Amino acid sequence: MDQEQLLDLIKKKDSRSFDYLYDMYSQSLYGVIHNIISNREEAEDILQEVMIKIWDNMDSYDESKGRFYTWIINIARNSAIDKYRSKNYKNFKKNLSTENFVSVIKDSYNLSNITDAIGIGSFIKKLKPKCIKIIDLLFYKGFTHKEAAEELDIPMGTLKTRNRACINELRTILEVR
Amino acid sequence: MNIEEYIASGILELYVYGGLNKEEKSEVQQMIKQHPEVKKEVEAIEKAVIRLSSGTAPYLRAINYELIKNKIFQDHKKVVPIKSNRWRTYVGWAASIVLLVTSYTFYNKYKQSESTIEVVRTERDNILEENKTITNKNKEYNTILNFIRERNTDFIKLGGQEVSPDSYAQVYWNKESNKVVIDASGLPAPPKGKVYQVWSLKLDPLTPTSIGLLESFEDNKAKLFNVESVKDADAFGITLEPAGGSKTPTLEQLYTLGKI
Repeated sequence: MDQEQLLDLIKKKDSRSFDYLYDMYSQSLYGVIHNIISNREEAEDILQEVMIKIWDNMDSYDESKGRFYTWIINIARNSAIDKYRSKNYKNFKKNLSTENFVSVIKDSYNLSNITDAIGIGSFIKKLKPKCIKIIDLLFYKGFTHKEAAEELDIPMGTLKTRNRACINELRTILEVR
Repeated sequence: MNIEEYIASGILELYVYGGLNKEEKSEVQQMIKQHPEVKKEVEAIEKAVIRLSSGTAPYLRAINYELIKNKIFQDHKKVVPIKSNRWRTYVGWAASIVLLVTSYTFYNKYKQSESTIEVVRTERDNILEENKTITNKNKEYNTILNFIRERNTDFIKLGGQEVSPDSYAQVYWNKESNKVVIDASGLPAPPKGKVYQVWSLKLDPLTPTSIGLLESFEDNKAKLFNVESVKDADAFGITLEPAGGSKTPTLEQLYTLGKI
């Protein structure tokens, strides 16, 4: 099922469509939330809120706003960052950038079952540290490219092309063409 | 810029992440509509980051599926959506403002009562402190009074001398306990930087021994001073000395003197 069909289903509030929504995106949203919150229980609570928020506000989404995934990942990030900020009110953005998706998965958690299947473990080992940092700030943490460029102390143009190269590496390993 | 260059610029990744501003976003959306290869590229980027983030998530417990589904389809009632109508927005804002003003007022009241409590607390502490001082003074006076009343306590009058003829003082001396108390109520307040010093004197030969300073003269309202014990003396004298006292009396500044 492609995204357009899914959106039609969700907008009809069909219960089957919830299953699709959950199957397609919950794990990814959970990954992003967990990357910011670093606590499984809290991340689960936020994921629940986020899924409900998405469901309730489906009517306000339309494609002129961008990709559906972009829309939901923003909701997830914002909810997680709000929670994070409420606990770490000073310098939250600075602190936020110290942990990344690699340090999170290095923890002793059981990773999702699909981890091995898609070869994330081996991919992480291959990925350059600068790629990890860039993808972490831009994608996971939702830094603007200006903020990320300042954080990494590189020009914005360089950041954009490096990020592109990093995603290409990722796609090669995941065989996403 | 041709399509390859556009794709290579890295803008599409940022589009998927949600990191573009409005103009940049609508520009990308325009490109997606016009060029299928741009759309294909965006979908591939999205797929890659979905798999990356799914793969870097901890194991998501199955219970979450049930919990969320139950909330959505059973006990979850539709709450105020993001796109609420204007009427609701205004009521919401009005309510927030009322709440804000009310909170501010209460906060101020709270702060005021807090400072009132603080003032009262300080006053109470001061009174308690004063009370303690008075109690202590009272005890001290009682001790002195008892001492003066004792059978063995002698009373020696010290008369004014050349430098201050109107001055006088009393010495209470108990020959049994050797304890000495000075009543200095007949002495003028010492000038700044000066202090009265009390001497016990042996007359043959003339040997003065310092038995203490009348420190904090102004603060001692009763002008009753405990000084060192004296075993043997023929006379007592009080001189005015530089602060800290002197080793030998400055006889030109002898204020009062009394023989036993």
